[in-house]
Amino acid sequence: MQYLWAFVVGGGICVLGQLMFDVLKLTPAHTMSTLVVIGAIADALGWYEPLVEFAGAGATVPITSFGNALVHGALTELHDTGPIGVITGMFKVTSAGISAAIIFSFLAALVVRPKG
Amino acid sequence: MLRGKQTWWFENRPVIIGTGTVVGPDEGAGPLAADFDLVHAELDLNQKSWEKAERLLLEQASDFAIKNAGIRKEQVQFYIGGDLLNQLISNSFTARDLGLPYIGVFGACSTSMLSLALAAQLVDSGAAQYAMAGTCSHNCTAEKQFRYPTEYGAQKPPTAQYTVTGAGAAVVAASGSGPVITCATIGKILDLGISDPFNMGAAMAPAAVDTIQTHLSDTGRMPADYDMIVTGDLASVGHRIAVDLFARDGVPMQDTVFGDCGLMIYDIERQKVQAGGSGCACSAVVTYGHLMKRLNRGELKRILVVATGALLSPLSYQQGETIPCIAHAVAIERGDV
Amino acid sequence: MATRTAGRGKFKPMSMSSKEYKTFAKQREPSRSVLGNCVRAFVTGGLICVLGQAIQNGYMTWLKLSATQAAGPTVATLIFISVLLTCFGVYDKIAQWAGAGSAVPVTGFANSMCSAALEHRAEGLVLGVGGNMFKLAGSVIVYGTVAAFVIGLIHVIFGIRGH
Repeated sequence: MQYLWAFVVGGGICVLGQLMFDVLKLTPAHTMSTLVVIGAIADALGWYEPLVEFAGAGATVPITSFGNALVHGALTELHDTGPIGVITGMFKVTSAGISAAIIFSFLAALVVRPKG
Repeated sequence: MLRGKQTWWFENRPVIIGTGTVVGPDEGAGPLAADFDLVHAELDLNQKSWEKAERLLLEQASDFAIKNAGIRKEQVQFYIGGDLLNQLISNSFTARDLGLPYIGVFGACSTSMLSLALAAQLVDSGAAQYAMAGTCSHNCTAEKQFRYPTEYGAQKPPTAQYTVTGAGAAVVAASGSGPVITCATIGKILDLGISDPFNMGAAMAPAAVDTIQTHLSDTGRMPADYDMIVTGDLASVGHRIAVDLFARDGVPMQDTVFGDCGLMIYDIERQKVQAGGSGCACSAVVTYGHLMKRLNRGELKRILVVATGALLSPLSYQQGETIPCIAHAVAIERGDV
Repeated sequence: MATRTAGRGKFKPMSMSSKEYKTFAKQREPSRSVLGNCVRAFVTGGLICVLGQAIQNGYMTWLKLSATQAAGPTVATLIFISVLLTCFGVYDKIAQWAGAGSAVPVTGFANSMCSAALEHRAEGLVLGVGGNMFKLAGSVIVYGTVAAFVIGLIHVIFGIRGH
């Protein structure tokens, strides 16, 4: 069941992205930026965490979860250490993703050439 | 000699005495593969960067053109060329190695006919005995500069076009055997408000139609006077628009074969090229390779090649500008017509 | 409306207003198969999320991690797979078919960074790879950060204590 909801919710978020591509004619950069902001707002409204509970990877894998994680980190740190926490807490949760992307991309660029 | 508003009439009938065409693997998999001097199996031509590969294409094409013309490189007075890359580096570096007086021109995908028209004008007016026109493009350098990194997963819409990997060069002389350039119409820029860089065909079609209609007015010719009129790279979307625009203006294009190089160079059904080919090399290799051969075989007697170019930059698009376009037409016919 | 005047080859140059032409061109534009694209995006995105779920469950089972602890390694693993596929030159082929299905998951984010890094290797490791890696991913990070900041600011101003 967990897998079913991961499939449905994850797929659903991607369909939202596809509609932005095809109907709103947004570029990938515009679409991803919009989805990240949507994820951030959803967490601010308290909607994203329940979605993660419900759909698991269906909510944590799409790029919307990046916005969710940034807000989550900011607000958790705000709660723990006060207003400065908004800035210091943001990248706590997202660090794994960004670090991994930088490191693996860099290593790849050392040994691999683009194939076109 | 000037005829009409923007057409040069070449009284001394400069001759295309030799051409050279070099292409990449996708073009080698297309229907015109047999008409090119060299087909590369590797997209990077075993070079260290896409830009170096594009340069090599042009070097080889110009070598073939000079060889096929039966002259020595030193006999060429001027080399006129251009490409899509910033600062025309493919042409600058090739011209450096050629060691010939160099005139760099930018016409985006219309460069082939822009440079050929200028070469013909130099020879016709006695300013040169031999002039060479050349251009090149590479799918990956174009994607890298104008769109996205080549391995980036962005879905291309059906209106997108596929930049041809290739180079074409032609040597024009005052006399000799080969097809003759009789006139050329230099186009003016048209911008009818299309701003989508993934829909170049629609942006360029008005420029092609304007240049062709002006050419016919200036020369007093009708479409029926040509065996074939080809546009450079309007591809399926732009070509269809052009057909409808001609019908709307009452131009009888049905009296001739109205084709497009972007539709000829690839097998649109089989190859994943969306709307068709584009790039400077598209019109160059199809004209200097395929169409030259058909002229020499006598299958075609007189053709009009109308290369079309979209004169945008990545920055102009990001700043919200529309796409200004241009088209240049060159009339080529068999020497015995 | 341009009309043909009497006499051979006397055609007026193109004359159509920009507004008129844009409509003219739009009518002749091949339509995207939106439904087909959405179905493909749904399936691909769903499958990538299922894969993510399987990886997460794997880490929770074999490494005895909690769900929160497994989140980081799961994302890192998916990113590794995406970088691998980008290096093999297949991610863009998948993306042409899948559209948003491969762009929206974090794998798309990794692909954007890896493809930029690979492409600009020719310009050197510092200016090329280092300077261009965030060419496409940069706007995602910027807008996520700014949005989180604005939301945090709203919480501070209105005295909401946060999570």
